[in-house]
Order: sequence, then C-alpha cells, then structure tokens
Amino acid sequence: MTAFYGTEIASPLMLGTAQYPSPRVLSEAFRRSGAGVATVSIRREASGGAGSGFWNVVRELGLPVLPNTAGCHSVREAVTTAHMARELFGTPWIKLEVIGHADTLQPDPFGLVEAARILVEEDFCVFPYTTEDGIVAGRLLEAGCEVLMPWGAPIGTGLGLNNPYGLRTLRAQFPDVPMVIDAGLGLPSQAARAMEMGFDAVLLNTAVAKAGDPAAMAEGFARALEAGRLARAADPMEPRDMAAPSTPVLGLAVLE
Amino acid sequence: MSEAITVLGAGVAGLAVAYELAARGAAPRLVDPAGDPGPHGCSWWAGGMLAPDCEGETAEEPVVRLGREALPWWRAAGAKVAQAGTLVVALGRDRGELDRFARRTGGHDWLDRDALAGLEPDLAERFSRALHFPNEAHLSPRDALAALRAGLAARGVAVDPEGEPAGTVIDCRGLAARDRLPDLRGVRGEMAVLRAPEVGIARPVRLLHPRHPLYIVPRGGGVFMLGATQIESDGRGPVTLRSTVELLNAAFALHPAFAEAEVLELGADARPAFPDNLPRIVRQDDRIHVNGLYRHGFLLAPALARRVADLVLEGRPSEVVQ
Repeated sequence: MTAFYGTEIASPLMLGTAQYPSPRVLSEAFRRSGAGVATVSIRREASGGAGSGFWNVVRELGLPVLPNTAGCHSVREAVTTAHMARELFGTPWIKLEVIGHADTLQPDPFGLVEAARILVEEDFCVFPYTTEDGIVAGRLLEAGCEVLMPWGAPIGTGLGLNNPYGLRTLRAQFPDVPMVIDAGLGLPSQAARAMEMGFDAVLLNTAVAKAGDPAAMAEGFARALEAGRLARAADPMEPRDMAAPSTPVLGLAVLE
Repeated sequence: MSEAITVLGAGVAGLAVAYELAARGAAPRLVDPAGDPGPHGCSWWAGGMLAPDCEGETAEEPVVRLGREALPWWRAAGAKVAQAGTLVVALGRDRGELDRFARRTGGHDWLDRDALAGLEPDLAERFSRALHFPNEAHLSPRDALAALRAGLAARGVAVDPEGEPAGTVIDCRGLAARDRLPDLRGVRGEMAVLRAPEVGIARPVRLLHPRHPLYIVPRGGGVFMLGATQIESDGRGPVTLRSTVELLNAAFALHPAFAEAEVLELGADARPAFPDNLPRIVRQDDRIHVNGLYRHGFLLAPALARRVADLVLEGRPSEVVQ
C-alpha cells in the first residue's frame, strides 16, 4: 500500500463525510467499504467548537482524518482553516483547497502554491487539490508537498476522468510522487480506471453520499479500486488493433 | 390516572406531548425555565411544512409514515393548517435533480407548464416542469405553538418557569438533554423571513440545487419563510453572511420579484438529532425522553406525543420507544 507522509493507509479509498442522509448511514458506508481515510470539511461546521457532536461521529470511525479547507477562496482563509483543523483533530494532515471560481470550484493554482508554501513551513503535511497541470504540480512539489491530488473532474460533477491524457502525462512526469485522484468521480468504473493508470488512491464524497444507497455505492467503489489496483500490478496486456485468437488455429489456412 | 406527570421543555415536542396528555384527561405540569416558546428554542425558527412525502427523499421510512399523522392532529389541536400541497422545481442545469427526487419519493405527480400555471402562475413563467405532492400541508409554527398553549390553558395547564419535576418526567428539552443523551447532536439551520407582496406563491415550494437547496413557505399577507441550511454543527450563533447570501440568492433564482422583498427576520438555531436522524422515546432511569426530532419538529411531534401518551397512560410500547 502507498504511504502518505509516512503513514500507510489500509485502503486506497479516501471517503468524504459530507451530505449523507444521516451519520448512521455515513458510518455504514465507511464500514462496508473499509475506506482508509476519512476527509472532513471544517469551514462551516466549526462554529460548534471542538465538542460538536459531528466531530465525535468522525472520530468514532477510527480512521486517519484528512481535514480539508473546502470552501476557502483565499490563501489566508485556507491557512486559518488549516490551523483550526490541526487544533480540532490533532493532525498535521491538511487537504488544501484554494478555490478560484465559485461556480466551477476550480482550484486557484497561484493561491494554492502560496498557501502550500506557508503550511509546509509550519510543518503541515499538505495534500493539495490541484489540476492535472504538470507545471503547477512541479511548483507544489518545490513548495514541499509530498503528495499531489489532481482532480478527475470539477467537484461534485460525477464526470469521471475528464482529461485522461493530462492525468497520464502527470503520472509519468512524477512517477514516484504519491497521487490521489480527487473530485469529480461518479462511478466505480472511473475509480478502477484511475488505479489502472497508476494513481495511488481516490478521494470522493458526493458519488457515495448522494447515491440512493450510500453504503452499497461505497462498497462498489472499494471493489473497483481493488480491481484496478490488481490490474495495474498484474502488468496488463498492450492493446492491439488486430484480433489475436486465443484458441489454436491449427488446420486453418494461414492468411498471407 | 392519578400519578403526577411533568413535561420538561415547552418547544414543539413538549407542548405537543403536554397537549396530547391533557386532551386524554391527564393533568400534566409543563415546566420550562425559559417560559413560553420564543426565539430561545429551535421550534421558533421552523418552516412548518407537513411534508412527509418530500422528506422521504433523504429521511428513512418511519419519518414518512409517522409524519402522515401530523395534519389531522394539528387540525384537531386547533392549529390553522393549509393543505395546498408542495411543489418541487429545479432550474435548467439541475433538471436531473428533479428526476432523482421523483425516484426517491412517492405521492407525487408530474406537472407540465400548463398544469403548473393552473396552480402557481408566477412559477410557470420560469419552470416548464414540476413535481406536485398534493397531500402535503403547511402551518405557521409560531401560530401552531400558540394554538397548543391556548388549548392547554383551556385545560388548566400553563408553562411554569420555576416548577420542579415530580412524578413521571417526560423530558422534551431538545438539545439541552445532551447532558443525559450523549449521542444527541446539533444540526444547525438558518432561515430568513421576507415580505414580498409582489410574489404570488400560495404553497410551499422546494427549489432543488446540488449546493444550495431552498424551500419557501408562504405565511400569508405576502410574508414568506425561507429555509434552511443544514450544517453539522452545534453552533447556535447568528446567521452567517454566506448562508444569508445563499438563501436569498436561491430565492431570487426562484422568483425575481424577491429582489424587492423586505428582510423581516434572519434566524438560526441547532436542531437535536440522533445518529440515524430518527426520533426516539427513550426510557432512562427517572424519566422518559422524547427527542431527536431533527428537522421534523412539527411533522413528527404529533406522532411522538401520541406514542409517549400511549406509553405513560396505557403502558403501551411502540416502535419508537427504547
């Protein structure tokens, strides 16, 4: 299994904790999928303080918690939220989101690199939510990030891997950096594909939380991730453009 | 029934329980240090939709079934209930949300633009398709609380701010009961009340949106209640700017005439919920809790009041009793 900042996770499924019909359904989705990490948004939920009932629901999952700065539109907001997250959950991990556009929720790469630099200096383990852009990725690594989280598609769209070429290029460009496909996945098949392409994990929320049966969908994703991981490890065949019979052709005429 | 009964808490749960007990001939005492219902309790800020079918989108089955008891109960208790149904709409890009909503709920029919125009002409200009839930109803929460208080007063029961619990104690304190129910949590909700005489909407309307869903409940006289955010937080502080902007923006998207509305009120509070977001009657040591009504206070208080009365007066348990 891949390690993120020295911590091995038990499953490549990083599952969000927002938008479930109830905390009980949330817990069931985590249990059935065996998700390896719980991500949690704290921007709006923090008003109840550290004793808030929902934090207890998250803590009781017994998983590494990856707090995020979802909904932050500026460097300063993101840095403040990261501090709050460290205090609430006692973890240096932070999924860094600096949103550049309110409608598309596209990351702001400039603010992202700046916030990453500040947080790395403050000993945070930064998981930056970024695009598939290789130049931005390089800057994030320079800033001290040891993990990259390129998007599959814009947050909450369920479109899957929008730019497979770009993602493949990014994977090839930094073969040794742990990478998580973050956001935009809607179906398990898309998660399997991400693993087949050599990504180390996926992070998703809406696809599971908004499914009619979140726990079943979470399990579907977990199985797809396992399928994709096995396929990658098994060294898949190369595609070819001519049929190649798998049964013997003895006795048939050989075509010139 | 000779044993004394004390109901703690004069929110919608406590008032409904006291009313049900009194209506069945018991003489409960109703104790709340804060006195009569008011802005200190989350019932004050409720939407007042009696919409069990719509709630079935995310709530589990008991909410839908128990919620059906609400309409006749409130009418019998003297509250003014309008049974005008609910409309559910979605803007262009979110039309898929409407199909998903329809798949996950029952008791509705589809309206095309003409049919919608027959119910809500103002909305037919903007929406070509809507879901109609004809059996649903709505009430004004503050009026309904007043109706229960009046009904109780007629039976000699008033809210006592200083009384000590005696006899059988039915604890309806909502989130304050967390001192005894550790798995209770708060879910913050924020709302606005607008006066918009130019907006002609006669029934509750839900606008589906992946990020900022909204419902609007007409209060009569051109006044509308807008709700409500759902934030996993125990915070009871004032409405945030972000939530205000989102709610008002969504209202504007539903009907542009809301742009000229007067903002009469902004309110926020935290609603008590158990981990499955279902209500419960919990027997515990010296008391019986009625709690976890979550966002369904006015929808579920009647069913819970009946069941706790069954339990206390007749010793009859039911599915919601633990």
